[in-house]
Amino acid sequence: MENLIALLVAAPLLGAAVLLCGGRRLDRAGHWLGTLLAAASFVVAVVLFTDMLGKGAEDRALHQKLFSWIPVEGFQADVAFQLDQLSMTFVLLITGVGTLIHIYSIGYMEHDERRRRFFGYLNLFLAAMLILVIADNYLLLYVGWEGVGLASYLLIGFWQHKPSAATAAKKAFLVNRVGDMGLSIAIMLMFTTFGTFAYGPVLEATGDTSEGKLTAIGLMLLLAACGKSAQVPLQSWLGDAMEGPTPVSALIHAATMVTAGVYLIVRSGAIFNAAPDAQMVVVVVGAVTLLFGAIVGCAKDDIKKALAGSTMSQIGYMILAAGLGPIGYVFAIMHLVTHGFFKAGLFLGAGSVMHGMNDEVDMRKYGGLRKYMPVTFVTFGLGYLAIIGFPGLSGFFSKDKIIEAAFAKGGTEGWILGSVALLGAAITAFYMTRVMLMTFFGEERWRRTATPSPDAPDVEPAAETRGEHAEPHPHESPKSMTIPMIVLAFGSVFAGGFFSIGDRFLHWLEPVTGHDHGDAPIGASTVTAATMVALVVGVAIAWAMYGRKPVPVVAPRGSLLTRAARRDLLQDDFNHVVLVRGGEHLTRSLVYVDHTLVDGVVNGTAASMGGLSGRLRKLQNGYARSYAVSMFGGTAVLIAATLLMRAV
Amino acid sequence: MNPVNYLYLAALLFTIGAAGVLIRRNAIVVFMCVELMLNACNLAFVTFSRMHGNLDGQIIAFFTMVVAAAEVVVGLAIIVSLFRSRHSASVDDASLMKL
Repeated sequence: MENLIALLVAAPLLGAAVLLCGGRRLDRAGHWLGTLLAAASFVVAVVLFTDMLGKGAEDRALHQKLFSWIPVEGFQADVAFQLDQLSMTFVLLITGVGTLIHIYSIGYMEHDERRRRFFGYLNLFLAAMLILVIADNYLLLYVGWEGVGLASYLLIGFWQHKPSAATAAKKAFLVNRVGDMGLSIAIMLMFTTFGTFAYGPVLEATGDTSEGKLTAIGLMLLLAACGKSAQVPLQSWLGDAMEGPTPVSALIHAATMVTAGVYLIVRSGAIFNAAPDAQMVVVVVGAVTLLFGAIVGCAKDDIKKALAGSTMSQIGYMILAAGLGPIGYVFAIMHLVTHGFFKAGLFLGAGSVMHGMNDEVDMRKYGGLRKYMPVTFVTFGLGYLAIIGFPGLSGFFSKDKIIEAAFAKGGTEGWILGSVALLGAAITAFYMTRVMLMTFFGEERWRRTATPSPDAPDVEPAAETRGEHAEPHPHESPKSMTIPMIVLAFGSVFAGGFFSIGDRFLHWLEPVTGHDHGDAPIGASTVTAATMVALVVGVAIAWAMYGRKPVPVVAPRGSLLTRAARRDLLQDDFNHVVLVRGGEHLTRSLVYVDHTLVDGVVNGTAASMGGLSGRLRKLQNGYARSYAVSMFGGTAVLIAATLLMRAV
Repeated sequence: MNPVNYLYLAALLFTIGAAGVLIRRNAIVVFMCVELMLNACNLAFVTFSRMHGNLDGQIIAFFTMVVAAAEVVVGLAIIVSLFRSRHSASVDDASLMKL
């Protein structure tokens, strides 16, 4: 069985190599090949999974060592895979959702002449992501980590002829680089502390290591997680990453890659458990991002950006849960999986809407689409109910558990975190209801027959790309797109219940992550009731604002907070002022110092030498008699000095 | 006669020669002054030889004379050819080595 593990990675890697090197002759079959290899990887995953289920909980982990990568005395880096329950969960999610999104892309990218290349990149992403989750040491994880970063860059900038997409890709790459720096420093620290970076020895040795070192490693790992998972303060790239094709947003920037940070923290749980300070920072980052993403999601009119805000916020939940320690690890991963289902479904739904609406992304130009796109409406609607935590659906179970775990942290912290999580749930309900109402309900604002409102005669909101003056003809998407949406909708509905009933997921992951019930100050039913109240409040406010009265086509000016949230709570302005301007000032002052001080010393030395020799040159006047004088003078001085020394 | 007097004479001759080298412009005169200085040294050597009772100083004086004779040959040749090309025997005119 172990030998199958490498196949998981090999299939998509082969696909990427063939599709990217194969050239145009593969244009007609490339998408089928890519999809087939993704599906093959999924089949291998399922085989491994059924095999794993047949074993006892303790001996489920599989190992496969492929070869020694860098065999040097005292520095052993192996290409070796480890498939335990945690990795298995990820492998199933990645290959499963990945395959669905491959199928979806066949329809979505149909008219793109670079479709083969797109599938090559998708396969490359799958391979890198699988390496990331099944690596058995941090160095190999780093390989996957960089690989997904590269694939993400290539896919965000897939439509590189659009300057915005090219810029967004560069931005994502650069911001991720900051996080990658954290990961590489963490690995170096691990090597100096433990002498190795394989999971087993490192995580077992945390007991005998000083807390300070572990805190440093933990914080560096958190920095890495912040970069990859778009957490504050490295969150700014995710919104712009929506410039990529929608399947990419669904697969990479919602369901899988952005959750790599959560994986990293849960995998390194032993380090964080032994470093409470680092854990505290993790929790704070999670809680802040949870609210940050939610607030941004409320103000965006671009459907994908609203969903991106939501992704950020939901990952904030996961990071929060992961920061709670053994109380939360299992629930972080559970929410990750259910989120993978419903967020991928929501993004695919958004893509389907855009597909039918001439690639319009402004929700203010949607409205009343439920009649025209029934399948999209129902699947999107189920994803919506799941994400807001409607009782019985996936999100309800997983988010509820996280809120409970937050309260169970105990003490004042517990109360604060619990309240933040509850507030987040209310805001989630608000912004998702807003998306739902603006897209599928209300009047049909996309009809051009309606005269533009006199308030704003020629201010057309941006984000209009193609078919500028043609009225869109909303229509349902082809089968290749709707079927993945339906499958994901099933996942959004049933996954949570399936995982939670009888605590199946808990028993499945507990051997790897450990679990601790904590001491909840309030009962589980109270938390559930509070969550329900939050949900109802959020939905009601959204309905009052967007359901009861018509939505204006041109966005109103809005309050100060709304305007700030539209600009992503000024994250870019902040980065611009602090980092870009700061960097400019720093380089300018360095250049100034270089010009004045460094060059000054060098040029000054040269100039004074020049001046001195110019003066000395005057002695060489060419008159033999003056040379004779200096000879006599010099001899006289020498003789005088000799006599003087003699006398003393 | 006290040999120290010869030393005073040698010092006087040397000083006259040095002053002539520094002050006079005519190359021939400068040359003669150089010879004067050489002979003042010779006188000093011979005197010391006499005072210390060995012959080293006298031998060096002979050496000096030989070298001085060779020097006169070369030096006069240079001065004559200089005079031919520049129509002047002034040492200050031959200052082309300066920058």
